Amino acid sequence: MIAIIDYKAGNLKSVERALKELRFPCRVTQRIDEISNCERIVFPGVGAAGKAMADLRQLGLDKVLKEAFAANKPILGICLGAQVILERSEENRAQCLGIIQGEVSLFPQPLFSEQKERLKIPHMGWNGVHLQKQHPVMEGITPSDEFYFVHAYYPRPDSDNYVIGTTDYGIVFPSVIGHKNLIAMQFHPEKSGIAGLKILRNFCTWDGRHVE
Amino acid sequence: MLSKRIIPCLDVREGKTTKGIKFKENVDIGDPIEMARFYYEQGADEIVFYDITASSDRRDIMIDVVHRVAEAIFIPFSVGGGIRTLEDMRRVLLAGAEKVSVNTAAVQHPRIIADGAQAFGSQCIVLGMDVKKVGPSEKIPSGYEMVIHGGRTYTGMDVLDWAKKAEHLGAGEICLNSIDADGSQQGYEIALTALIGENVNIPVIASGGAGNIDHIHDVLTEGKADAALVASIVHYGTHTIKEIKEKLHSRGVKVRMHW
Repeated sequence: MIAIIDYKAGNLKSVERALKELRFPCRVTQRIDEISNCERIVFPGVGAAGKAMADLRQLGLDKVLKEAFAANKPILGICLGAQVILERSEENRAQCLGIIQGEVSLFPQPLFSEQKERLKIPHMGWNGVHLQKQHPVMEGITPSDEFYFVHAYYPRPDSDNYVIGTTDYGIVFPSVIGHKNLIAMQFHPEKSGIAGLKILRNFCTWDGRHVE
Repeated sequence: MLSKRIIPCLDVREGKTTKGIKFKENVDIGDPIEMARFYYEQGADEIVFYDITASSDRRDIMIDVVHRVAEAIFIPFSVGGGIRTLEDMRRVLLAGAEKVSVNTAAVQHPRIIADGAQAFGSQCIVLGMDVKKVGPSEKIPSGYEMVIHGGRTYTGMDVLDWAKKAEHLGAGEICLNSIDADGSQQGYEIALTALIGENVNIPVIASGGAGNIDHIHDVLTEGKADAALVASIVHYGTHTIKEIKEKLHSRGVKVRMHW
């Protein structure tokens, strides 16, 4: 069973639907016993970091997530779930989970493309990912695949060792990060067509190990 | 780098898709779920559904459509038409849409934008703008006036003022529809999209007027639009989404080519 963590942060059903399409049994849940007993965890989320952290703490899920990470359970962070795994966020000056060292920053403004066009914030729409290293969950993803992003903040791990993929949007930012049995992406694989479903399928069969 | 989006728009009335020509004489052309799946497989970057069901007690049909679409496609989609309250927004988003678009209701009660952004996040809230060219005047300096009720009612509001105000209130995106160009297949209202695109910091989807691929190219380049809405040009088989993207790509417009 795959637990999709429900902490009141946005549209969790789309992740559930995508996993059902791929025929992996899953459940949207905030029950600590269910999450503790599941085989793997998807940690999605849309919204603001401050409220997300407050809700996670209130539900006792901050502790559950850290324990699952320590227990080598495969964890997939998506969007906000790829941000609050860092130590802190510039958004609401939130103290976050600290599973990966580093912080979450707002895109610098103004931001310009190579053609000197002003770029809009949030970064919304389809963009590519340049893989910096191989990872089992990113297997089969090519430079021409694109993914759906919607965000104004982005993860900034302290070390490049955590960076699996980067994306260009005026700056080059880490869009896929990971550490041990945790992998997290700023884009929405559940809304990124076939390429996104491929990532979800890879995650659902990943044993949680990879060489860093 | 971010791709320009090609977004088919499906008008839905009582659970069936139609394509309105200047909002008159709609003809049924099919099942919204099948069409959504078809465009998804063809490389659409997003899909817009516009509910034109007249009677509000038949609106539940649309919620059912949204549920079924969400199970059939794995790209973002938005739903507009008849969204008047926070509760309407919640129902559509819970049924599986990424975004809701508000148009007439936002003009009448701008707070719905702020309330929606507060409750669900700005990224969920699309401001639909129906626009008519009226020529510059003291009251309408840009020469483009906001209209509502599907183009039947003039509001006296300048589109540029409204776009800026809506951005400030928390709209995450603007879908800018030229009533003059809609259904004409004579090209998008380029000056209008460029005006809004250059003056707001949220994405602008150009709508109304696509008759050939050059029109789409022009609105995404000269018109500064972040995305182009397409309807007749794909519904009637003039071009496939794939053909549109291949041509745009060959002319140097960054679009998603792999799906």
